[in-house]
Amino acid sequence: MTDEPCNLFDVGHRACGGCGAALAARLILEAAGSNTIVVSSTGCMEVFSTPYPETSWRVPWIHSLFENNSAVASGIVASLKKQGRTEKVIALGGDGATVDIGMLCISGAFERGTDFTYICYDNEAYMNTGIQRSGATPYDASTTTSPAGKCSFGNSRPKKDLPAILAAHGAPYVATASVAYPADFKKKVEKAVNTPGPCYIQVHAPCCTGWGFEGEKTIAIGKLAIETGLWVNYEMENGEVTRVKKVRRKPVEAYLTEQKRFRHLFRPTKNDVEIAKIQQIADRNAERYGTDIVLKK
Amino acid sequence: MQGNIACAEGAIAAGCRFFGGYPITPSTEIAEHMALKLPKVDGVFIQMEDELASMASIIGASWTGMRSMTATSGPGFSLMMENIGFAVMTETPCVVVNIQRGGPSTGQPTMGAQGDMMQCRFGSHGDYSVIALSPASVQEMYELTAKAFNLADEFRVPVFLMSDEIVGHMRERIDIPDQVPIVQRKSLQKGTLPFHPDADLVPGFPRFGEGYGVHVTGLTHDERGYPCATSPGLHEDLVMRLVNKIESARDRIADYSITNPEAETVFVTYGPPARSVEQVVRDLGRDDIGHLRLRVVWPFPESALNLFASAKQFLVPEMNMGQVAREIERHVDQPVIPIPKLGGNLHSPDELKARLEVLR
Repeated sequence: MTDEPCNLFDVGHRACGGCGAALAARLILEAAGSNTIVVSSTGCMEVFSTPYPETSWRVPWIHSLFENNSAVASGIVASLKKQGRTEKVIALGGDGATVDIGMLCISGAFERGTDFTYICYDNEAYMNTGIQRSGATPYDASTTTSPAGKCSFGNSRPKKDLPAILAAHGAPYVATASVAYPADFKKKVEKAVNTPGPCYIQVHAPCCTGWGFEGEKTIAIGKLAIETGLWVNYEMENGEVTRVKKVRRKPVEAYLTEQKRFRHLFRPTKNDVEIAKIQQIADRNAERYGTDIVLKK
Repeated sequence: MQGNIACAEGAIAAGCRFFGGYPITPSTEIAEHMALKLPKVDGVFIQMEDELASMASIIGASWTGMRSMTATSGPGFSLMMENIGFAVMTETPCVVVNIQRGGPSTGQPTMGAQGDMMQCRFGSHGDYSVIALSPASVQEMYELTAKAFNLADEFRVPVFLMSDEIVGHMRERIDIPDQVPIVQRKSLQKGTLPFHPDADLVPGFPRFGEGYGVHVTGLTHDERGYPCATSPGLHEDLVMRLVNKIESARDRIADYSITNPEAETVFVTYGPPARSVEQVVRDLGRDDIGHLRLRVVWPFPESALNLFASAKQFLVPEMNMGQVAREIERHVDQPVIPIPKLGGNLHSPDELKARLEVLR
């Protein structure tokens, strides 16, 4: 035994080595502190972090069902307020639970101005049930329900822009983050839980099993997503983008070639047409958020 | 072949060309296989945002004339209930596969159960009747899924394949026929109102785009399909017809096998417990032990119970707390002994033999 305090999200859970979501959970509680109640949707996080004796949560924790963590959180927030209590409430969900099945409850909670923080750990597919596409799966990623093959290049649609949708609900604070930049992520969590009203953070959480890379590369992959412009770290306050992570952009291939979910774009021959479309997505992101570092001549 | 894959293959063989679904253990392989195979036969696979949407999507697809299906498990099945009632009221043919797992709530995602049998029968609000099939083998996953489409089209009703994790994930060798029998949905006769029933109480199907001004509503409606929600007589007639079109055809829908009809002790099973009982009957080789094995559970084939003229007791092993046993009690005077099993494991043949010893 050491005298060091236990992690609020403790070690010894069942996640894969290199799990981006597990790292996200640890960082969230380091930033939010012990005066926090967590409402967690069905998903990988629920399954790997809860069974005894590998239970990781050292704060009050409740499993909602799949679609309703924001509604359970709404009940908790309203009754805490009535009792004059000050616990922070964090609703935690994967991208499936957030952008697909949970959309209705999230929209309701944000529209009612619920004082809570919703954090989506975005690993870009349903990983708990074995890698099915979600509304947050990127364009052309191969999953078991968007399999690449003769009839398809993988997922046929781009990611749903949930941060913009929730900003449009009048959320005072919306941010995107990445587990590859832990200090930045923790600052954002701290800001969100201390901002009154409904706040939203979508944290990019690479999944070695679902995306097909070695677990030791989680941080490298997370960084590449940002360096290629396929993921943008930014903050929005009252609907306006106020801070953006600037990068010297690399071509998207640098990110795609590292992951098996995009392997079909390079085999048997390189699919220049599809890769160009993905490059366009990155270019649009860079233009929209102004991520490119422009060198002075 | 795995049970869930056999289910998907049986559906495609039966002409299913639309699958709307959402991932959930232990049914996900069905969606995955449909995602892989349907595009190759010019079919549609859509992953919906939740199970409310999955169920609604197959209703929409059905009205365009396509054979449509979804697959789920307990939590998703609960979400589908509202739209299942809508499908019943609007007489929309469709197939819903439930690979049952332990409940309530998220329960035991990777363990088998038969706990949704009554939810399937009564889970949506209001009075209604549906058809539910229960496979006990991978072969039956294939055959009964194909059959479900025929029943759905014949009776214009949602048909349930009430399987479970055990059969869904079981791997067995199966025989795939060159083609499966297909009964086409009957179309509406010219000059007939869209919800006017034929003698079998089932109206012909006025598919969208065939020239009928079809009006489909979950409200109580007349034979034109227009809502008239305040007429007591109209509502009574409609609901009675929706129930009777299924219940009056009970013997025709029935599908079961019987072993040792002279037996005094009779096992009644559906789904995986049938396999354990078959083993018991084989092992003991006694003709005083009978077996009624149901492949159709709803509408309940009550006349099959009378085939065991010497029966002194009915034993009903189920992977729930006795849901169908209670239904049997309604139909017979002899004692009905439920053999409930919870937790995800199947009754072992030894367990059932021990039970027979106690009863002796």
